[in-house]
Amino acid sequence: MKSGSNLEKVLTSGHFAATGELGPPKSADPEVIRHKAGLLKGLTDAVNITDNQTAIVRMSSISVGTMLLGLGVEPTIQMTCRDRNRLAIQADLLGASALGIKNLLCLTGDHVKFGNHPTARGVHDLDSLQLLAMVRAMRDEKKFACGEEITVEPRLFIGAAENPFADPFDYRPYRLGKKIAAGADFLQTQLIYNMPKFAEFMQRVCDLGLDKKAYILAGVGPIKSIGMARYMQNNVPGMDVPEDVITRLKGVPKDQVKKEGIRQCADMIRQIREIPGVAGVHVMAIEWEEAVHEILELAGLLPRPVV
Amino acid sequence: MIKAKQKPLAEIKQLIAPYKKVLVLGCGTCVTISFAGGEKEVGMLASGLRIASSMEGHERTFAEATVQRQCEWEFIDAVADQIKRADAVVSLACGVGVQALAERYPDKVILPGVNTTFLGMAVEQGVLVERCRACGDCVLGLTGGVCPIARCAKNLLNGPCGGSQRGKCEVNPETDCAWQLIYDRLGRLGQLERLDALMAPKDWSKDFDGGPRKIVREDLKL
Repeated sequence: MKSGSNLEKVLTSGHFAATGELGPPKSADPEVIRHKAGLLKGLTDAVNITDNQTAIVRMSSISVGTMLLGLGVEPTIQMTCRDRNRLAIQADLLGASALGIKNLLCLTGDHVKFGNHPTARGVHDLDSLQLLAMVRAMRDEKKFACGEEITVEPRLFIGAAENPFADPFDYRPYRLGKKIAAGADFLQTQLIYNMPKFAEFMQRVCDLGLDKKAYILAGVGPIKSIGMARYMQNNVPGMDVPEDVITRLKGVPKDQVKKEGIRQCADMIRQIREIPGVAGVHVMAIEWEEAVHEILELAGLLPRPVV
Repeated sequence: MIKAKQKPLAEIKQLIAPYKKVLVLGCGTCVTISFAGGEKEVGMLASGLRIASSMEGHERTFAEATVQRQCEWEFIDAVADQIKRADAVVSLACGVGVQALAERYPDKVILPGVNTTFLGMAVEQGVLVERCRACGDCVLGLTGGVCPIARCAKNLLNGPCGGSQRGKCEVNPETDCAWQLIYDRLGRLGQLERLDALMAPKDWSKDFDGGPRKIVREDLKL
């Protein structure tokens, strides 16, 4: 075991994993965390806590993760390269591990331009691959980035993200492989709506044998409204929302769209389960945590395995 | 070359407000080529300031001069008399020129008339783009001759990130994704396998994080 986290145990014992996501509040209010944790408790094997998601200041990932531990929900903290240099990242990871956090997702981070402090300096001392390599060396070689020894190393199950739909499409499976080589134990993908294209991506990932080297979790998320779907289709870089996804939602009365979005998400999970090489799903229902229970119920992923 | 952009007139007006005799001093090298601070721009800015001052009823005189390079003592000294006669100098050179003047004339007020913007080139008439960040540790030999430090918004050494779409950068859809360019170039050169190796964290001490940089060439010292 790398960290002995619940997520690692679920994956290594061969179960199809389900992870969730929790967006911290733009405030110091712990009630929001308690409420959201209540909605997700017992539904997923671990819950990602975003790190200043879309470059907007929010309660920190590690502090929310610590709260989740106390509430009986396993956290996966996220760490971006945008807001911290290698000193700050290592310091925070030592602290996170000491507090009992066992899963970490390593990200480059959205550019500051997209957030609420667009004039801030983006740090980018490291990129996400260098971050993965640094964290793995901290854990497996007990070494800081400078080469100095760590007496008690952080035991973390290390994750990375990959967007199968970004360009150049041909290179994406190789970049996923590069992340695994750098240190990723598991991967969570960008939101997937284009199933055929994702299947093509996974075929190439499997041809490279990468599904045997790390656990690949497909990112899914329910669509709340036609407007949201159109926005993602047209305005979110790296998102691929095919027209038939929207057509299905348009086919129901307006007051039924949310319900249909949940059913559609569950159907997508069922399809994803059939794609070779996929080890689980990562359900992103940010600010719609209430939907996760029904999605996973309909997808046949409840109850979660106890390992 | 160093590229610069003239400051807004309102900002320059505010900078010169306390002074009566102003010298607008251009530079004949980089900023001339980027149409920001050469002889022509000196004339235009001085005229604009003259008109603005007289309309606002200020008694202020504007002298004009341009030296070949403001970043070299001997060229600056060529206009020593004009500098001495002025209360303040508005330098249209890059930040190097402004500081050279300030160092050479410790008692003189030296004001910047341009914003020094980047090291780059004109890709077409009137379009200047950044190409180098002077990071002190060139990686172009590993990246197919395309710089990920200057041209990737997150200066990734192991790109491209998930925001690369149709060859463009998510931060600015008018900007080419540096890593798409690197991928294409390495592909054309038959060197795509270069991307397999993890590029190690950069030594930023060679960039500005190591403090102001200095090159000493003992072999050239007099």
